[in-house]
Amino acid sequence: MSNKCIDSGNNAAAHAARLAGVEVVAAYPITPQTPLTEKLSEWVASGEMDAEYVAVESEHSALGVCIGAASAGVRAFTATSANGLLYMSEQLHWAAGARLPLVMCVVNRGVGAPWSVWNDHQDAMSQRDTGWIQLFVKDHQEIVDVTIKAFRLAEAVHIPVMVNYDGYYLSHTYMPFELPDAEAVRAFLPPYVYKHALDPQRPENLNSVTLPDARRDAGGVLRGGYMDIRHNLQQEMHQALAVWEEIDADYRQRFGRGGAPVLEAYRLEDAEFVVVAMGTLANQFRDVVDRLRQEDGIRVGVLAVQVYRPFPARQLAEALQAARGVMVFEKGLSYGHQGALFADVKSALYPWPARPVLRNFIVGIGGREIPTNELCRNLKQACGQDELPPEVADTPNWIGLQL
Amino acid sequence: MSDTPKTTVLSLTEEEFVHPGNRACSGCSMGLLYRIGAKALGRDCIFVVPPSCMTVMQGLYPVSASQFPIFNCTFASTAAVATGVRAAMKRLGRTTQVVAWAGDGGTSDIGIQALSGALERGEDIIYICYDNEAYMNTGVQRSGTTPCSSLTTTTPFTGKAQAAKDVPAIVAAHNPTFVATCSASYPLDFHDKLLRAKQMRGLKYFHIQTPCPPGWGCEERLTIKIGRMAVESGLFVLYEIENGVKRLSEPSARLLKKGRRPVRDYLKLQVRFRHMSDEQIAALQAQVDARWDDYREAFADD
Ligand SMILES: Cc1ncc(C[n+]2csc(CCOP(=O)(O)OP(=O)(O)O)c2C)c(N)n1
Ligand code: SF4
Repeated sequence: MSNKCIDSGNNAAAHAARLAGVEVVAAYPITPQTPLTEKLSEWVASGEMDAEYVAVESEHSALGVCIGAASAGVRAFTATSANGLLYMSEQLHWAAGARLPLVMCVVNRGVGAPWSVWNDHQDAMSQRDTGWIQLFVKDHQEIVDVTIKAFRLAEAVHIPVMVNYDGYYLSHTYMPFELPDAEAVRAFLPPYVYKHALDPQRPENLNSVTLPDARRDAGGVLRGGYMDIRHNLQQEMHQALAVWEEIDADYRQRFGRGGAPVLEAYRLEDAEFVVVAMGTLANQFRDVVDRLRQEDGIRVGVLAVQVYRPFPARQLAEALQAARGVMVFEKGLSYGHQGALFADVKSALYPWPARPVLRNFIVGIGGREIPTNELCRNLKQACGQDELPPEVADTPNWIGLQL
Repeated sequence: MSDTPKTTVLSLTEEEFVHPGNRACSGCSMGLLYRIGAKALGRDCIFVVPPSCMTVMQGLYPVSASQFPIFNCTFASTAAVATGVRAAMKRLGRTTQVVAWAGDGGTSDIGIQALSGALERGEDIIYICYDNEAYMNTGVQRSGTTPCSSLTTTTPFTGKAQAAKDVPAIVAAHNPTFVATCSASYPLDFHDKLLRAKQMRGLKYFHIQTPCPPGWGCEERLTIKIGRMAVESGLFVLYEIENGVKRLSEPSARLLKKGRRPVRDYLKLQVRFRHMSDEQIAALQAQVDARWDDYREAFADD
């Protein structure tokens, strides 16, 4: 049996969840995520997938069901987009605070109002401080590989993981990809074990009220207060980067490919200028960069940020040390400030000796077309002008506005 | 059913599932209810609890006031989290009871969507709403089940203008396996209804009135008495609905033949109703009388 298929990105994600041995799926429809969970419901109904499928009445409940299932000791999964993700916000914080190893696919879409079903990254950006690990993938193969790997990461570090992929660009397009062998995935991803699973034989009170200061438990052991618990999450979030690298290496060894290491460099070796981007935009920039190199002789490369939270600040700064200019192109904003990724890149570079020229470009908001020609033109222009007054250089440039 | 033997204080199991000492206020009837209810539920259960007095009562991390696994969830998601735990039990091949234990705010207001979803799906869980008739944990604000005229910190001076939501009726409209109303003042009635509910599949909903001294403005020593007066006056009615058939439970059924206490007796013991005028009390009495006229017809054979 061949494991090669040509299918949609949503179906690629569904395959990954099935291969990962997900046992409870809860979901609520929202475009462009819907076909993913419809596919899972179809497999559960036909018996091709041995899991409980719970069609809930809201996203808040979808994550609630996953939170309950994971706490009780089974592997759980859900998916959403845009306003669905925002509606989950309280639950996102809860899942991370409770240290539940959940995995969720977020099919990125612009956030209402006004309504838009098209792609940008504002949904994920607005939830970046919920304590979830956030991964961004670039194609269907990465959706499969990264989703499977995400379960191992989540379960290794006890932090929930969001696998982000671009609505329509990936969710609804068909591409060839390869599915790993089910047996091999089982060997890579051992059965779910949750140390604190709810069990009447071993009663524990999970997520109870805490105090600011540490207190002793019944056995006299000092247990951290709220702040200490938060500190642990932050520390272990940072450690997750190294764990992800190990998982990536293991996956590569077993399956011959990885998909979304922390950062992915394209033509960076001799690059004078570097584009930083996430998701399919980073793929599009490979063409842009090839063209600028060929037609204009500009030495430019692409650095795709694939692990966005925890933010790989050191790796990123190291990768950018030789660059004269760094151009961050992105599809989300921290309103009243600048591009969210741009602000992160800038702060990552600050402690390092090299201070490349930085520029921020906002593109593709709410699905606005991103013509490759426009990207070429803007990037070429940016590479030519390194002496801009700081306040101008710091202001995001919107590409493709129709005002 | 009436043919199952009734538990008495003598036959009630001595086994305790709740540790001595917890953080409930003195005189809290919910604490008592929890302790007795736990005896009916037995050890093989998992609790799901949203923010409420129950959360606080259990004790602060890292200690717990009871011997059950308890998952504290967000305010709106009790029934959804219970659904998830239930799904996990099914996967693990365990028959462990999943018990949602939420306040009236967490049930009738913010949590009603998730509850309605779980009801519609027929989740196999026991959902217990203890109704202290306001948001007590945050300091006595009105909730959907706060009765008309009741003073709360968000309905000061003249009291709540609207009637309470009839949550058991809303639940019953979903046609669940079992709906029961109970009172903390009749804990053995609750105990025995739980014993029966444990044998049933599907969603079993309990709505329990739990008098609360600080919230109601009553003396701690009077909570049980006040709860009894709510039932004896016919204001709070104990009943159960199984397979769509509604029956009055014994303490209320008794009132069909016996006279009822005036509601005034009940109201006058609580600061939250002290401002009610004679006309308002008379109007409430008339409402209760009319309801019982209906009951006399509906339950003539009982
Ligand atoms: C989303 C959200 N909103 C508000 C709160 C604050 N809150 C905590 S407990 C509570 C009231 C609980 O009232 P109820 O469910 O009636 O239980 P009780 O405290 O009376 O036992 C509120 C409003 C919260 N925890 N979460
Ligand atoms: S406020 Fe009322 S319900 Fe809450 S613990 Fe105190 S007495 Fe019990």
